[in-house]
Amino acid sequence: MFNKIFSKQNKALLSELVRTDFKLRYQGSMLGYAWSLLRPLLLFLILYIVFAQFLRLGRDIEHFPVYLLLGIVLWTFFTDMTNQSLGSIVGRGDLIRKIRIPRWIIVVSSSVSALINLILNMLVVLLFMIINDVDITSRVLLLPFILAQVYVLSLGLSLFLAAAFVRFRDINYIWEVLLQAAFYATPIIYPLSLITNTSFQQIIMLNPMAQAIQDARNVLVTTQTQTIAEVYGSSAMRLVPLTISFLILIVGVWYFRREARMFAENL
Amino acid sequence: MGKVQDVAIKVSGVSKAFKLPHEKQSSIKGLFINIFRGRRTYEKQQVLKDISFDIKKGEFFGIVGRNGSGKSTLLKLMAGIYSPDEGRVQVNGKLTPFIELGVGFNPELTGRENVFLNGALLGFNRKEMTEMYDEIVEFAEIEKFMDQKLKNYSSGMQVRLAFSIAIMSKSDVFVFDEVLAVGDEAFQKKSLKIFDEYKARKQTIVLVTHDMETVKRFCTRAILVDDGNIIASGDPHQVSSEYSGLNSAAVGKQMEEANTKKDKKSDVHVKILDAKNKNFFEYGETMTVRVTWNKKLDVRNVGVAIYKANGEYVFGTNTILDKVSLQGNSIDYKIDSLDIGNGVYNFKAGLFGKTDKEVLGYLSKGPDFVVETKTHKWEGVTYIPHSWGT
Repeated sequence: MFNKIFSKQNKALLSELVRTDFKLRYQGSMLGYAWSLLRPLLLFLILYIVFAQFLRLGRDIEHFPVYLLLGIVLWTFFTDMTNQSLGSIVGRGDLIRKIRIPRWIIVVSSSVSALINLILNMLVVLLFMIINDVDITSRVLLLPFILAQVYVLSLGLSLFLAAAFVRFRDINYIWEVLLQAAFYATPIIYPLSLITNTSFQQIIMLNPMAQAIQDARNVLVTTQTQTIAEVYGSSAMRLVPLTISFLILIVGVWYFRREARMFAENL
Repeated sequence: MGKVQDVAIKVSGVSKAFKLPHEKQSSIKGLFINIFRGRRTYEKQQVLKDISFDIKKGEFFGIVGRNGSGKSTLLKLMAGIYSPDEGRVQVNGKLTPFIELGVGFNPELTGRENVFLNGALLGFNRKEMTEMYDEIVEFAEIEKFMDQKLKNYSSGMQVRLAFSIAIMSKSDVFVFDEVLAVGDEAFQKKSLKIFDEYKARKQTIVLVTHDMETVKRFCTRAILVDDGNIIASGDPHQVSSEYSGLNSAAVGKQMEEANTKKDKKSDVHVKILDAKNKNFFEYGETMTVRVTWNKKLDVRNVGVAIYKANGEYVFGTNTILDKVSLQGNSIDYKIDSLDIGNGVYNFKAGLFGKTDKEVLGYLSKGPDFVVETKTHKWEGVTYIPHSWGT
């Protein structure tokens, strides 16, 4: 089966779709690709001024700007990927109704575009780390695993959302609201320590995005960052959000495959 | 029966129905009602009913049928775009469908980029496309424009490029849906030549079309689909005459009412006098057509023309050419022998004053009639008197 998934044709198609997406994304804009970097940076700037400077959040955390930026970059990846994938099948209806291509390639191609953006943004984070004199330790090597988990979670949600959107066009509004809620329920702009109620902390950390962002900050920026292991006092608890991520992928793949045969007629 | 390996596509017992929702929710109220009622109501439309047939390797296979007969659905099932409700479709080897040309063409990309994108969508990898690229560009005759954005192409150039990709690509089975006649005449000729080559080298092709001439010229076998069933299959000539019969039956129904409705408003009236059999004629029959016009017009010349339903001009003449003088406000045009091939035809009539330029009245859509000959002794547009010798 994997032979089939990674066949030459599929790889060629995937790379063409990603290439096209990149060529067209910033069509006609003067700054072009720079926007991939500028967008999260500007968002970071706003949040930094409001929350770090005005509200004085994260004073007790070292390298808080980098800490904040990393959180924003990971969250931006999550929202970009799910949002782009959500509309991808419906947006490519012309292809689905007229040619036979593996449907999942459309979703995966949006995810690869988001992934490339993530890598670019991680380079900016690295730059900030150097400017801020953050100690780069060998624990950086754990980062790919954390990013992989975020990708697994996002891909599962993306497949599910893209397939559901074909049938239920309300999904995009629902997802927008859910993302907004999740943004505040995830310790991105505030440090987790700001929540004094430990049960709330524990609930929040079950969210795979919260766990992943905290883990990434822990290995990259400062070991002060509370991870799920500390919140629960057991590193085995990390398996819970990890399992949730993989379960979401399995459900996403299952639902997508079930729906995919009907895309052409339901669109 | 042939061996399994000889079969390119095997369609066995395929049925397909579509659910057509009864109404779209356009109001908030409707939305709420539907939420409480649960699922939306829908009508089930059975498009294909238990269809089975085999296409063998090397066949040029035609699928014909009227609009809405289910032939395009059948094609999409074969291409794997739809999946059947019942039955199955097996394809031996690689199948490349051309339901539409230039799928995924993007106006913001250059011609070159579009070729590679389109190729990837059709299932060719970059290496294969690089090999085909020069041939495609050469066939499309747009070498100079390949690095320009597609949006700057004329529509003819776009179509040529799309068609060239289709025709130059390599696959075990090609499926074409009404995409043959594109480009200008020279380009069409070139394309038809390629089809001849396909046929000569036994490329497996499935062709869905309305054009019986193409079916007769290229197909080695054909099926006729009507209302979700295969109602004829085998020899393309036989299938296409069944198809014409099907068409004229449908046309006949509407024709009578349309013919009476048609000539009410105009200054010119054309009536087929011996239209006893719902305007159906056989080859070689006689026919009389009466042209009448408004008395107030000073008509010096009456023209009559016969057109095919596809707009092709078959025959035309006028009273001055035939040196006939006019009396009163009507004249009968008598055809001694209707020496034209099977098909649907249409009369047009024109009234002129002293010169051709002075058009007093024109009937662009006069009565329709059908020529349908049961016993086939010849083919084509018109009967040419002839003899054979050595």
